[in-house]
Amino acid sequence: MRELTNTAVIDWLKALAQVYTEKKDYLTDLDRAIGDADHGVNMARGFAAVAEKVAPLTDQDIGAIFKTAAMTLISTVGGASGPLYGTFFLQAAAGASGKTALTVTETGAVLEAGLKGVVARGKAAVGDKTMIDALTPAVSAYQAAAGDGSLSAALDKARQAARAGAEATVPLVAKKGRASYLGERSAGHPDPGAESTALLFDALWRVAAK
Amino acid sequence: MKKLINSPEKLVVESTEGFVAAHADLVKAHFNPNYLARADAPVRGKVAIVSGGGSGHEPMHGGYVGAGMLDAACPGAVFTSPTPDQMYEAAKAVNGGAGVLLIVKNYTGDVLNFEMAADLLRADGVAVESALIDDDVAVKDSLYTAGRRGVGATVLAEKITGAAAADGLKLKEVANLCRKVNASARSMGIALTSCTVPHAGKPTFDLPDDEYELGIGIHGEPGRTRLKLEPADQIAGRMMEPIISDLPFKAGDEVLLFVNGMGGTPPLELYVLYRKALALAGQAGLKVTRNLVGSYMTSLEMAGASITLLKLDDTLKKYWDAPVKTPALRWGC
Repeated sequence: MRELTNTAVIDWLKALAQVYTEKKDYLTDLDRAIGDADHGVNMARGFAAVAEKVAPLTDQDIGAIFKTAAMTLISTVGGASGPLYGTFFLQAAAGASGKTALTVTETGAVLEAGLKGVVARGKAAVGDKTMIDALTPAVSAYQAAAGDGSLSAALDKARQAARAGAEATVPLVAKKGRASYLGERSAGHPDPGAESTALLFDALWRVAAK
Repeated sequence: MKKLINSPEKLVVESTEGFVAAHADLVKAHFNPNYLARADAPVRGKVAIVSGGGSGHEPMHGGYVGAGMLDAACPGAVFTSPTPDQMYEAAKAVNGGAGVLLIVKNYTGDVLNFEMAADLLRADGVAVESALIDDDVAVKDSLYTAGRRGVGATVLAEKITGAAAADGLKLKEVANLCRKVNASARSMGIALTSCTVPHAGKPTFDLPDDEYELGIGIHGEPGRTRLKLEPADQIAGRMMEPIISDLPFKAGDEVLLFVNGMGGTPPLELYVLYRKALALAGQAGLKVTRNLVGSYMTSLEMAGASITLLKLDDTLKKYWDAPVKTPALRWGC
């Protein structure tokens, strides 16, 4: 796939509804260890609502689809994940406005804008044991590979980097979010938000690789 | 899991329906988005006080909606922050033209969602102030964490700011009063048992029968340390020491002593804790001239308690004593 089309974006968001439903208990268990045991439930609820809302938007531009996803996440997820994932899609929407397909370069710009939005909202840095630990390396890896012109190849790099970033959160001591209250006791567990971000990139790559 | 529910998904809405049916003289409910508001809202010319948070802490916040306290409360899913559309709609509905104070407990989710709601309200030209509650001394290293959590001081701040708004104070003044309450209050909690989030179905943490968690949060977040169970008087000492040693208390201060149950501890035990906490406050030279004892901010069915000390002055005393008429707190009316 050379371009990310609006229908591919809808397929991605629908795939996420399925992924987060399948991984609901897994993510909630990760959150029980260092948080408040609701991440999987919240993500599954939020993306199920997103899938329903975006399914009929096949004639809309990607900006409108992202914006719908953002507003749905903000109003259904709650917790920290709602505003953070909602902000990701809201900021991504700006660069995708009016476009029914995104080139490899445009996709990179959209991911970059999403990342910047999450950083501005959550004020976390790499190493704080948050979703940023997966999101930042994923976007960097995508940008580094985007020059070759293959969307699926760049997204393959991105999902691998997100996965590695999520796994690298295991030894970290949390500095943001509810897990930070545990101090040293948060080490030894993966961050649930980094894990759900890795799943997000994995689903995007699978849609693009089809 | 044994709970008196129909399903985890319907729990918050069904409980809200029962709540407004029982207290129709004081509160009304709005669904999609969900919020509770004073039955007579909006009150013209009065600063509106809006709070909210995850469900599971009842009677907070819905129980504090009414004359002399909150104008609206937004219930989230159990232990999950409500969403910006809830606060936005609630604030619009209860704004009496004098602006809206959002009282926010310091949890990452609550802070982010209330920030977005404040952005939306400002975009509509509504005068908004936010005041953060972060009184939990159990969180030691606040520089390297999300900061101290908002716990017991929330109830006190909602009561005092509600009375101040009823007294005609302006938005900035009410917001600053809320910040003063927060700056003058310190809290510490303990858990004897875990609690079970309905949609999770199993206890949030494992706590052996002979141990308790010192410094627990109101969502079952672990605290400072885990100790072998001790007599109540010793536990009271371990709770009071970090509260009194933290600013801003000094000998001779007048204080409000708030002993709060976490949901699964009976009043019989709470008063044992109050008895010793009162004595320890006296030994530290503090004069307890106001108190509150009961389960006002809970963690579902968790057994345990928290202690909050609030340093008082004439303004705080006046607004604490002022009439309040809500489902969960009522005096002077």
